[in-house]
This record gives sequence, C-alpha cells and structure tokens, in this order.
Amino acid sequence: MARYAMVIDTKKCVGCGDCVVACKTENQTPEGFHRDWIAQQTHGAFPDLTLEIRSERCNHCENPPCVPVCPTGASHIDEYSNITLVHHDKCIGCKACIAACPYDARYVHPDGYVDKCTFCIHRVKQGKKPACVSVCPTHCMYFGDLEDPTSDASRLLKSRKWKVIAPAAGTKPQVYYLI
Amino acid sequence: MDEIVITSGKLNHLIDPTLHIWGWEIPVYLFLGGLVAGIVALSAIVVLLGKEKQMRVAASKIPVLAPILLSIGMLALFLDLEHKLRVYQLYLTFQPTSPMSWGSWILILFYPFNLFFIVIQLKNGFPKFYNEFLLKRIPQFDKIADFLVGFTKPITYINLILGIAIGIYTGILLGTFSARPFWNSAILGPLFLVSGLSAAAALIVLFSKEREEIKLFQKVDLGFIVVELLFLALLIIELATGPEITKQAVHLIMGGELTAFFWIFVMGIGLIIPALLEVYEINGRHIPAALSPTFVLIGGLLLRFLMVEAGQMSTWIPY
Repeated sequence: MARYAMVIDTKKCVGCGDCVVACKTENQTPEGFHRDWIAQQTHGAFPDLTLEIRSERCNHCENPPCVPVCPTGASHIDEYSNITLVHHDKCIGCKACIAACPYDARYVHPDGYVDKCTFCIHRVKQGKKPACVSVCPTHCMYFGDLEDPTSDASRLLKSRKWKVIAPAAGTKPQVYYLI
Repeated sequence: MDEIVITSGKLNHLIDPTLHIWGWEIPVYLFLGGLVAGIVALSAIVVLLGKEKQMRVAASKIPVLAPILLSIGMLALFLDLEHKLRVYQLYLTFQPTSPMSWGSWILILFYPFNLFFIVIQLKNGFPKFYNEFLLKRIPQFDKIADFLVGFTKPITYINLILGIAIGIYTGILLGTFSARPFWNSAILGPLFLVSGLSAAAALIVLFSKEREEIKLFQKVDLGFIVVELLFLALLIIELATGPEITKQAVHLIMGGELTAFFWIFVMGIGLIIPALLEVYEINGRHIPAALSPTFVLIGGLLLRFLMVEAGQMSTWIPY
C-alpha cells in the first residue's frame, strides 16, 4: 500500500498562494471555501524577526481522528493508499469529523457533504502530482510515496530536519515541513 | 512574540476564525436527551423499589413525557444535519468506534421499550384517562397492558440501562473529540448523566402535588446538584493541571471569554442558587416550590450551551 506524503520546504516557500489558486481551479471548490491555505508565522520582535511560511491542508494523518468518529462510514481511508477521503453520497453532514480534526482542514460543502483536500487522488492515480505541487513556482513542494525509499519525499525527510503540525495531537500527519 | 496569520485561502464558513459547526440544535438535543435519560432512570428506580403508589408522578406520570421530549431533541438533531435526506445512512451500518453511531442505534432501541414501560404504568398514572377514555375506545387495550405487566421487571431494568446509556452517551459524544481540548475528558459522560438526573428530579418536583413525593425529590435533586458541582470541579482540575492546550481551554471559563456565562448562569443560576433554595425548603422555610426546579432546568440547558460553545472555541491550532 502506498504511503503518500507531502514535503514542503519552508525555506523556499514565499507564500505566493499559487497552491491555493491551483487547488480551487483543479477541484472547483465552491466560492468562499478553500482546501488549502497559507499560514505565516512571525517569531520575535522587530528588528529580530524570523518568518516561516507554510502551505497547509488536510494532513492525511496515519492516525486520522476524523475517520473513527464518522457514524456512517463516509469518512474513510482510501483502499490502496493512506489518503483520507469522504464518500459524498454517504455523508449526512453531522460534522463529527470536522469537530474531530485538530487542523480544521474540513468544511461543509454547500451541497451538504463534508469536503477537504484529497491529495488530488484523481491526478495521483494517473501518475500526476497534486495540483498544488505541480504549480509551485519555487518548487518548494514535493509529493511522493514514503514506502519508496528513492522518492524525493523519502530522501528529503532523511537528509533534512523537518516538523509536522501539532504532533502532540497524536495524529501522525503526512504533510511534512522542512525547517 | 509568536504570531500566526493566514494570508491566503481559508476563512471557510463555520470553520474560521473559530469553529462554529454546531449552533442551538446540539445543546438543545443534549439537554433533552439528558433529561429523558434522567426521567427514564428515575422512574425505573421508583418502580423497581415498588413505590409506584406513593410516587405516582415519578413512576407513572412523568414517563409519558420521555418519548415526546426525546422526539423534540431528535428533531433538533435532524435539523442540524447538512444533508437531511441522507439520514437513513445512519441505519445502514454500525460503526463501533463512532459514539454517534452507538447513539443513533440506542435511541431507536429505546423507543419500543420505553413505550412498553409507559403502557405498563398508564393505569397507575392516569386511572381516569385509562378507564373512561382508553378502554371505552380500545377495549382490547387491557389485554395488551396485562400481557406487558407480566414483564414489568425485565422491561423496567432495560429502561434503566438504556436511560443511563443515553445519559452517559450524550457526554461521551463530546468527550471523545481529542481535537477539542475542552471536551476531551471522560468526566463529561457522568457529568451529563447526573445533570440529566438532576433536571428529571426537578421536573418531578414541578409536576407533583404529593407532599411526600415533592420532599423526597427535592432531597434527591440536592444530592444530584452536589455531585454535579463535584464533577464540574473535577473537570476544571483535570483541564487546569493538564498540558498547555487544556490549560488554555479551561482559561475560557477561568478568566477568558466564557467566564461570566459559566459562573453566573451555569454555576449560579443553574446549581448554587437552586441548591441553597432547596436547603432552605428542606429546613421548612416557605419558598415557591416551582422556583428551584425551574432554575435547575434552565441551568441544565445552559450547561449544554456552555459546553458546546467552549469545546468549539478550544483548539490545537491558534489560527
């Protein structure tokens, strides 16, 4: 089973927002809703400042808290990978998965189901990269299978220092940030 | 200084800047579910102790309200669903890890057994209605009731167990969300159960006209209030002595945004004032009997509003 991960280099990201626009275009998310976003973290006080920019989305956690709480089985892990998905026609919109996600990565689609980043599984199945990764002008985003030790993602995680968001939440996120 | 801002994307409706996926529907449901759990558990206990004749309201009258209140609660729950027509999906599966799945099955299981319980108690609770109205229209009703009376004990036990299960489940439902530090405590189950029992005792005091029954349930309610205060204290201690995120969560009611709401409405009006009123009444002072139970019922509802709101405001991610 493939274990897909996204590796994002915070040293190269300039926060242009291209990934956000690419996702909206690719996935036709409704007006006012986003599956990914840019967070800028400023640390320190002027003139001693550091800035970290992160492109954030669903972390496709290895231990996704949004899956076990679903009362209908709509929120699930993909059969052939670790990608967390929602069966739209099974979702009743109880919003338990939204409450369960520490990253606030999910939202209610106006059509009445819960929606979020899919790692562009439709593109991944065709051997392409997720839309956000494919457009990044600074090439700070990498996508790959961590089961494959030769993938860019695997090698970067071995050679660089990295972090994930809120590791103490115990979700084992699969979106990694190089620091 | 450490400041995090979102500069592109996000601001999703109901999610940002603070989570607000659950409005009035969920607290109303949690309150009514707890109240029904309390009604069912208390009436079952009275019946099992063989006090139906002395405690007519508690044993035989108040149970009639249970399916009505529960149905109103479930209607609120239904209104909260974003895709109402797909509600049947809950009953095409059982998801053992999902408290909501447990809840939806327990609630369905509860209705028939609760109905049996009510039928058994109808003759004792409403003799006039039973003899002069029901039997005249449906003469066979006596046979159905007599048949069920033969199973009084098992049916009452099942009602007691399902009542406690519903009461605890309403708390577990929120308690299992580890993403919301304010909720993530096992004490929520017993807290909501005892709050439901307290509200049910208050309802009995409100409806009863028998002095003995009123006095007993005032005392019972006082006991529940004391236990509820203890559970709330335990919740605060647990959150306040936990890791950083639970400390931040409990700050919501200990100096933060919801402090006044918690201390004035939930603690003051909902628990401490009715407890003091009940102490005065038990000691023989004349206070309008409806005052304390009304406060308890309002307090129970406001506790659910506070919990649902505080949980949604507490988070791992401060942006």
